[in-house]
Amino acid sequence: MLRIEHISKTFNPGTVNEKAALRDFSLHVKPGDFVTIIGSNGAGKSTLFNAVCGSFLTDQGRILLGGKDITFMPEHRRSKQIGRLFQDPMRGTAPNMTIEENLYLASGQGGSFSRIRKKEREMFRDRLALLDMGLENRMNSKVGLLSGGQRQALTLLMATMVPPQLLLLDEHTAALDPGTADKVLRLTKEIVEQSQITCMMVTHNMQQALDLGNRTLMMADGGIVLDIEGEERAGLCVDDLLTRFRVGTGKALDNDRILLG
Amino acid sequence: MTASAILGPVQTAFELGLICALTVLALYLSYSMLNVCDLSTDGCFTMGAAVGAAVALAGHPYLSIPAAMAAGVCSGLITAVLQTKLGVNSLLAGIIVNTGLYSVNIAIMGGSSLLNLNKTETVFTKVKALLENTPLAGQYKLLVALVFVAIVVLFLSFFLRTRLGLSIRCTGDNPDMVRSSSINPARMTIIGLCISGAITALSGCLLAQAQKSMDINIGTGMVTIALASLLIGGTILGKGGVTVRAIGVVLGSIIFRLVYTIALRFNMPAFMLKAVSSVIVVLAISLPYLKSQKDTLLRRFGKGGRTKC
Repeated sequence: MLRIEHISKTFNPGTVNEKAALRDFSLHVKPGDFVTIIGSNGAGKSTLFNAVCGSFLTDQGRILLGGKDITFMPEHRRSKQIGRLFQDPMRGTAPNMTIEENLYLASGQGGSFSRIRKKEREMFRDRLALLDMGLENRMNSKVGLLSGGQRQALTLLMATMVPPQLLLLDEHTAALDPGTADKVLRLTKEIVEQSQITCMMVTHNMQQALDLGNRTLMMADGGIVLDIEGEERAGLCVDDLLTRFRVGTGKALDNDRILLG
Repeated sequence: MTASAILGPVQTAFELGLICALTVLALYLSYSMLNVCDLSTDGCFTMGAAVGAAVALAGHPYLSIPAAMAAGVCSGLITAVLQTKLGVNSLLAGIIVNTGLYSVNIAIMGGSSLLNLNKTETVFTKVKALLENTPLAGQYKLLVALVFVAIVVLFLSFFLRTRLGLSIRCTGDNPDMVRSSSINPARMTIIGLCISGAITALSGCLLAQAQKSMDINIGTGMVTIALASLLIGGTILGKGGVTVRAIGVVLGSIIFRLVYTIALRFNMPAFMLKAVSSVIVVLAISLPYLKSQKDTLLRRFGKGGRTKC
């Protein structure tokens, strides 16, 4: 599905702020995989997602999605195949537009001059009902009036309305309260399983990283230090993961958010 | 004071208000929806007036309207390409185009800075001839302006609900979201500014033909006047859907002209128009801000706010 071949990215090359965010990074994600990614701040997790989405051109290497080379494809064209959720729930929806208008933009239905029809409105209502947040009765409310959790759930719905080839979740529950975070996470799991979307999720919660998905990557310093799946992963607990990290990088994981999470 | 002495200026205020409402609707699209402060509005307005006047002088009163709008599209296109494809800051792009258009407009007017349309057939004289001997004969200017405003309001309220219109609104509303969605923000800015340019130029074309003269300064300060009208419209009908808000900005434009007419009654000299519009824009933008700061300011400087240590 996603094949990343030897990509590198250095920010501010040749200055004192030089930072190699990705070093000769390669990864192959199989169709239907749900990969969780952990690693301390600055490990290159978000840079990896940005490279896949096309926020910048990588210094070298190439990226293939579904067998197609997308290395030079502009960001907005990649977005047709890649859905992405950010930590900030405000980023994924337009606040001054109504819920149904936001959903209509995400649905990809109709031509440039078509408007929301009854059929689509009913489809949106059914989808919103799945969220179990009462949003199906507020389709004409502006999205800016919703809470962060509701907005993130809506963003999730929008990103997966037309099932993308790849879904990137960048700590998408980190800014929500524990209850709402659980709910959004459960929804994520349901939608991803139902539509069989290939998915990559960055998280700072080690338990979550082991509970969800079928493969876990640990990143440090722009590379992968640990890549586990299958039986090896099934028997692992958080302490094992910490030990493996220490062995992998030669230093302890010094990030409170990860340890406490 | 006779009835006509009052009604005359009021009717003029409605005519001017409606004609300029087109520019306000253009800003409604570019400023309120696309969130681009398009400072090329003055030049674009003048260009519409110049092209409209030149084409009417050449003997094509009806053709003057689409010609002016096509010129407006070009102006909008250049402003949009400067800011989306060539990396020019959006405010600067407007100023640059505005400056350049001054020369272009004089060239369109054949090297002179004033065109006289007194004896020229225009859309207005055509309609006037049509309405002769009907009760509406005296209101021909109002009627023409009203028809164009209605068409543009209907167009905008339809267009802003289509997929394309929603994409344009989204581009102004949440650039972050657009960047990670499949909408091409550059394309949306270009389309939005082309449409708003066309409407601005239409407004200029109609004003020149209604006044029967075209002066190179016809559009000076138009962006501030339109912005004032837009903000007035926003305070009276700013909460509804896109159609309600579009009607609100038209009302805003008329109210602005009415207030101005009343001020003239109290012997305010005509040249004060632009100062008044500037003050209105400042008040409309700063009042909501000051209101939000009221508590802070009162407690800091108000009674008992300061305790001596």
